[in-house]
Amino acid sequence: MLLTLDHEFSDEQKEIIKLARELAEKKVKPARSECDEKEKFPVEVVEDIKKADLFGVYLPQEYGGFGGANTELCLVTEELAKACGGIALCVAASALCGLPILMFGTEEQKKRWLPQLASAQKLGAFTITEPDAGSDATATQATAKKDGDYYIINGLKNFCSNGEVAGIYTLFASTNPARGPRGITAFVVEKGTPGFSFGKKETKMGIRASPTYELVFKNCKVPATNRLGEEGHGLFVAQATFDFSRPGVGAQALGIAQGALDETIKYTRTRKQFGQTVISFQAIQHMIADCATKIETARALLYSVNRVMDRTIKQAVTKSLSSGKSVYDEMRSLRSDRLTKYSAMVKLSCSETAMQVTTDCVQMCGGIGYMRDFPVEKYMRDAKITQIYEGTSQIQKNEIAMMIIKEYAAGARAAKELVGA
Amino acid sequence: MALNIVACIKQTPATTSIQIDPSTGQILSEGATYAISPFDEYALEEGIRLKEKITGSWVAVLTMGPPRAEEILREAIARGADSVYHLCDAAFENSDTYATSYILSKAIRKIQQDKGKIDLVICAKQTNDSDSGQVGPGLAGWLDWPNVSFVKKIAEITDKKIGVERMMEDGTDALEMELPALICVVKEINEPRLPSLKGKMAAKKTAIAKWTAADIGADAAKIGQQGSPTAVIERASPPRRSGGTRIEGGTLEEKAKKFVDKLKELKLL
Ligand SMILES: Cc1cc2nc3c(=O)[nH]c(=O)nc-3n(C[C@H](O)[C@H](O)[C@H](O)COP(=O)(O)OP(=O)(O)OC[C@H]3O[C@@H](n4cnc5c(N)ncnc54)[C@H](O)[C@@H]3O)c2cc1C
Repeated sequence: MLLTLDHEFSDEQKEIIKLARELAEKKVKPARSECDEKEKFPVEVVEDIKKADLFGVYLPQEYGGFGGANTELCLVTEELAKACGGIALCVAASALCGLPILMFGTEEQKKRWLPQLASAQKLGAFTITEPDAGSDATATQATAKKDGDYYIINGLKNFCSNGEVAGIYTLFASTNPARGPRGITAFVVEKGTPGFSFGKKETKMGIRASPTYELVFKNCKVPATNRLGEEGHGLFVAQATFDFSRPGVGAQALGIAQGALDETIKYTRTRKQFGQTVISFQAIQHMIADCATKIETARALLYSVNRVMDRTIKQAVTKSLSSGKSVYDEMRSLRSDRLTKYSAMVKLSCSETAMQVTTDCVQMCGGIGYMRDFPVEKYMRDAKITQIYEGTSQIQKNEIAMMIIKEYAAGARAAKELVGA
Repeated sequence: MALNIVACIKQTPATTSIQIDPSTGQILSEGATYAISPFDEYALEEGIRLKEKITGSWVAVLTMGPPRAEEILREAIARGADSVYHLCDAAFENSDTYATSYILSKAIRKIQQDKGKIDLVICAKQTNDSDSGQVGPGLAGWLDWPNVSFVKKIAEITDKKIGVERMMEDGTDALEMELPALICVVKEINEPRLPSLKGKMAAKKTAIAKWTAADIGADAAKIGQQGSPTAVIERASPPRRSGGTRIEGGTLEEKAKKFVDKLKELKLL
């Protein structure tokens, strides 16, 4: 097995790695190929992940979690993705539902939904994308009309991961279409709410163990107490969620890359051509060196950004428990800058790494690497999605550049003020 | 009805292919990692399943081994064992299956004294290191309890008796025993669980007591080297299997014919 740099994880984090790795080897690997082939959600494996307590590692103990944060979530996702990126997604997609509830929920809302997500009694899903609102979430057309103590939701959401297997959904709809982007509001909707049904199940290139669905809302009546944050703050909720969730996609991508490289090294050590093992050719060695270096680089960025995020979120949770203010408000009082840039960099770097590494892995394995009964081609198909969801690579670059431009503008302003003073 | 159960497990090198140093005949342990003997995982799992199924039951886990063997007891707690016992004493070293089963029987008597009557002891059919398969039946002998080996299913269990299915080469035997009894299970009996994270954390904090020969009142003449009648004449890794012979041929029929001819030639048919 490939050794990786010791990132000085705590004893608890090391236990999480060990447990997730064991689960990946013993439960995920044996299930992955059938799930991929039949595009099947692995109910039993999910039950195993649930029994191992790995769904709630990122949530505070007050809400039934293990008391970790981003690092713990990413360790679980990475280890599971080493075996199967599609199966790993059920954990990350559920967390994508839990994060905005943790950050923006009232105490009552947190107590109501987070323990169910922590124990995975119910899985979560996050649904912002619509047929005409992908990269551009400001184009959201689903509506939520206030009606007494309720909102009536209408519209179509698509490409929702954990599709019909989730029980709790964070959803974005406009409470005031006239205000455009500033009219969008976040909600929590539970499965079984009248007017909420499932449309088409997508058939996909990769991550086929993860069900991706269309969600249909027809006069779906949701209690006003399910609104997450203020009216019109929806995009804010989404962006703040992505700031903390994108490393999860990064971890999934890295797991996929590492899993592919591990398989490739194993194979090239035994495959012989021209009387020698394929790994003894320098051309192959250099590709392996490049792949391993890219993975280690991306991983270092992921783990260090996670450390900063963990500190922020844990302090904010503690403060919020005594102040009664939202975790997000406490986060803003702890640090004025947002972590958008770093979060986008992590996702960009890990997902680009995954695509390059898995493509090279197929190349290094040759013909067998292209075959369905050998595990490497699946890693390549699974890697692709990490460059697309939670913002495409292009969108990540837009955000990184926008943050940099803002930072320079603010710096220039500050310098001017200094000169003026 | 509630059952008091003991599962006996052993820490062994974590591999299915144990290597032996041909010059010394000793098991090569350098750099080895250790874990619950794979077969014992089924014994532990069956114990935990029974106690989960029958309310009020408990499962205790017993191991004899060096200080590092404590790790598998923590693993057992993480998977759901209620209590664990570690037989750890230099005097136990070099015990053969005869001495080992004697020591385990003394420990089980002590657990009975401390915690009450035990109904069922579960062992695995063998370990992955010494492979003898003798400790379970030997232990039943010392306890003077009935026992069945190669159990692939517990068909029914009450506080009085147990009905089991024994896996045989030519089929299945259905057997019944009065309790207390001992069973040795095979891997067909269940699918062992993984520990839970919360279980692992709880296990980290548990203090594990060590029992010495004196603690269990074991007779010094019956344990360790001097209590072990077995003499190891030689130890070696089994010869590697040769690659086999490939039967070439154009069609399946042709290959089948060649194969049958070969079997005839070897006088196997
Ligand atoms: C398998 C899968 C699972 C998904 N799961 C979820 C989920 O659980 N919840 C959810 O809400 N959504 C989910 N999505 C949706 C996903 O987040 C979107 O597909 C993604 O954000 C891209 O949007 P789009 O598909 O509309 O592409 P488009 O926005 O149409 O993009 C097309 C191309 O244009 C580029 N582009 C667009 N705008 C710009 C710009 N301003 N500058 C430069 N380039 C640009 C894009 O990078 C891309 O290359 C999922 C998608 C898939 C495929």
